[in-house]
Amino acid sequence: MKSRHFVALAIVLTAASASAQDRHLGRNLAAQCANCHGTNGQSQGGIPGLAGLGQSTLIAQMNAFKSGARSGPAATIMHQIAKGYTDEQIALMAAYFAAQKPGK
Amino acid sequence: MEYSRYNMGRRGFLKASGAAGAMALAGCATTAAPPPAKLGRVIIIGGGYGGATAAKYLRMWSEGAIEVFMIDMNRAFVSCPLSNLVLGGSRKIEDLTVGYGGLREYGVQVINDEVTKVNVDKKTVELKKIQDLNYDRLIVAPGVDFMFDQVGSLKDPKAQERVLHAWKAGPQTVALRQQLVDMRDGGVYVLSIPRAPYRCPPGPYERACQVAHYFKQAKPKSKVIILDANEDVVSKAGLFKAQWNGQYKGLIEYRNNSEVKDVNLANMSAVLDIGADVKADVLNVLPPMRAGDIARQAGLVTANNRWCGVDWLTLESVARPGIHVLGDATLSAALMPKSGHMANQHAKVAAAAIVELMNGRTPSSTPMMANTCYSYVDDRNVVHVASVHAYDARDKTMKVVPGSGGLSAAPSELEGSYGNAWARNIWHDMLG
Repeated sequence: MKSRHFVALAIVLTAASASAQDRHLGRNLAAQCANCHGTNGQSQGGIPGLAGLGQSTLIAQMNAFKSGARSGPAATIMHQIAKGYTDEQIALMAAYFAAQKPGK
Repeated sequence: MEYSRYNMGRRGFLKASGAAGAMALAGCATTAAPPPAKLGRVIIIGGGYGGATAAKYLRMWSEGAIEVFMIDMNRAFVSCPLSNLVLGGSRKIEDLTVGYGGLREYGVQVINDEVTKVNVDKKTVELKKIQDLNYDRLIVAPGVDFMFDQVGSLKDPKAQERVLHAWKAGPQTVALRQQLVDMRDGGVYVLSIPRAPYRCPPGPYERACQVAHYFKQAKPKSKVIILDANEDVVSKAGLFKAQWNGQYKGLIEYRNNSEVKDVNLANMSAVLDIGADVKADVLNVLPPMRAGDIARQAGLVTANNRWCGVDWLTLESVARPGIHVLGDATLSAALMPKSGHMANQHAKVAAAAIVELMNGRTPSSTPMMANTCYSYVDDRNVVHVASVHAYDARDKTMKVVPGSGGLSAAPSELEGSYGNAWARNIWHDMLG
């Protein structure tokens, strides 16, 4: 029983190793989005909220902006901003927003 | 909203962590730790885009463990972004005014007062109305003050009542609007822009568009003259010039390399360094700017006698340990604008770092900041500039991430709706 917990613990720690020294990295990166998308991604309207969206959905959207698949007039700004972040940073932000409650 | 939403959250959290404790993961999951004890007090001077954001995020991210006092001489926040629309006539100053009640619900102690002195050694601030307050860490977010002495007779306070800057949103914004309303059709509005850096790089050019927009509707024989001390339009140059050669053709005259050194109140004219005078019906001078005066008193000004150098990992002053400086008052990193949006981003990096420092931990070594700035070329159409900035460990500064950011291709109503939504969201992000 005890050793099983240690195995589980090791897996958790390995997964978190990228941000082990910086356990709030996802939160801090996501806070950059809050100016437009609302605190913790809970939009006050007019710009899509991000809170509670699935991590894979958020990653796919950011990658579409980054690659230019989502560009043209309707993209307005996100295709320029998305290019500022690495895949790892996008995954961390997306995980943070996925864990937030939607709504205001 | 309840009195203190983080407190409510913490009570719920305590229950949940009790249950989690039974799962024998205590010591592993950081969330299973008991709520931290009081970590001390942070005093924030200034309740603008930087200071208010820092107040909210310090309370939120410390889960109430840091006591936060925010001191501002105004009873409510008035936004500089969008204030040019008051001059254009499509907004009222009330539309840009938000109270501090939301921050109080986060447990921020908002104090309507003015800090007259920072005692760095005693770690106290002196105020006009109430007794001294002590702090463990201090945040100085005073915005800019104006170098009137660089504009000759404008150093006379009486002159400042007639020649307005309206570069801090509030009574001057309303007064300048009134001057424009009172102006005769066929009059000339002269706008003087100082050498960069100054608060809000595209702001003056947006202002020219807004005044021209108003003239076009109400006073079509009138004219806008821009006297720019800079060699060229500082921000969004192509986009603004397209407007001046387009919908405002014949209404706006742009003169570069035109630094206003004095004002002549007798014939209401701007005096240029080359000796020429430009007569105005309404004269609007943006004097050169520097960090707010309290930053100077506190010994935080380190660059050109104007701006405050900071460590970009924490926004801590390079001159005064334990004091953090946010927003326009900082010595900006390369390509980093003095904008409200950027001040909000400064505040979040500082808040995250302060929570770590006050917990005895090391702040993040990889902060990032993004900027978005919308400019209204008329009452509906908007253009943006955006950039993403990351910390560069070798040069110890923030640098634009290569390939990130950019400008609008052209003004659009869609971006107009995003500009309005940006305001709604950022005001809520900073003021609750």
